[in-house]
Amino acid sequence: MKLPPGQYLTEDFPVLSAGPTPRIPLEQWRFVITSESGQEHSWSWPEMLALPGEQPTADIHCVTKWSKLATSWRGVSVDTLLADVDTAADFALVHSYGGYTTNLPLADLLGGKAWVAYRYDGDDLAPEHGGPARLLVPHLYFWKSAKWVRGIRLLPQDQPGFWESLGYHNYGDPWREQRYQGD
Amino acid sequence: MAPRALAWRTAILAAHRDETPTAATLVLRVPGWSGHLAGQHVDVRLTAEDGYSTQRSYSLAAPADGELIELTVQQVAGGEVSPYLTEVLAPGDPVEIRGPVGGWFTWQPADTGAVQLVAGGSGIVPLMAMIRARQLAGSTAPFRLIYSVRSPGQLYYSAELGSLAARHDGLDISFAYTRAVPDGWPVPPHRLDAATISPAVWPAELAPACFACGPTAFVETVADILVSLGHHPGRVKTERFGPTGG
Repeated sequence: MKLPPGQYLTEDFPVLSAGPTPRIPLEQWRFVITSESGQEHSWSWPEMLALPGEQPTADIHCVTKWSKLATSWRGVSVDTLLADVDTAADFALVHSYGGYTTNLPLADLLGGKAWVAYRYDGDDLAPEHGGPARLLVPHLYFWKSAKWVRGIRLLPQDQPGFWESLGYHNYGDPWREQRYQGD
Repeated sequence: MAPRALAWRTAILAAHRDETPTAATLVLRVPGWSGHLAGQHVDVRLTAEDGYSTQRSYSLAAPADGELIELTVQQVAGGEVSPYLTEVLAPGDPVEIRGPVGGWFTWQPADTGAVQLVAGGSGIVPLMAMIRARQLAGSTAPFRLIYSVRSPGQLYYSAELGSLAARHDGLDISFAYTRAVPDGWPVPPHRLDAATISPAVWPAELAPACFACGPTAFVETVADILVSLGHHPGRVKTERFGPTGG
């Protein structure tokens, strides 16, 4: 077993979030990708579930120091969602219900590295863990895996998200221990 | 320009105060400390002789006094870090820290609006930093604190909170007990619910800045209740102390 520097192992699934847990009725839920030209690609909840699902298993690492190994999810690869999106953007700003945002290079969402996940460990994703659906980008610190995800805005330039504007690292690679700005 | 990294530095334990049988306040001397905001935390790193090292985050419990900072650490049974900090680390001993960290769950004395604090157990620590910062600055911002603990013996800072509340200068404190109540307490022990919280919080029309801190289930419950009472979710800031770690 190998953990990133400064992390410790947990069997629990702790919760980190900055405010109340939003509750999103599934009939109102939509996921929207907006390209840099303003073109929107949108999915309802049934449309998201109808897309080909994948079942990634991943180790996850929270900046608050816990790591959890071999977590199992079901969701749609971001590659699938971006397949028909015409873009030359290099960056993405992920938006959540409740107003949370997080940024990352678009390349980190592609190539089988990121999913919109709606099941965890065989069950529907619980609201406190980001249900109905959250982003899953396990190779970065877990704050990048935005809970209650509602969309991705594709941008030609990087734009810091919520924690990235509050002293946390812009990229957040756990193996390089990029917790805070300047790490 | 790349931002400057938060460097690890060596702090020296200057004093140790027991808060409860399982929690202690550590007063650390940190050369060059340049202050912090109420609500921020620091990372603490312990390194064993074989090189194994581990980190935890702890909230700052008070404004800095020059180079002195205070952490209150709840001992987690079987934990890797907290038993060492609360039972082994002795005055004069070094410990590595870096910080301050966190720019969201913070209060500044320049904020004059109403503030609602809700603490569960050790979640009082960053909220106490806000109360102490208010006191130190002579702020008249109207504060209310709801502090829920299992039993009277689990209260941190009880004497200080009592004397602060007795000043009647705009800090109101309500206690709630979930397992055992003090002698003569008017209600039996119970978990915080909407009926308990509703009369003790600022009305939503006042638009207070709300800070809720404690175990995850407690914070989930409190945040949901505050939103159901009409508080805007954007003004309800939360910090959760997970069941793990230590």
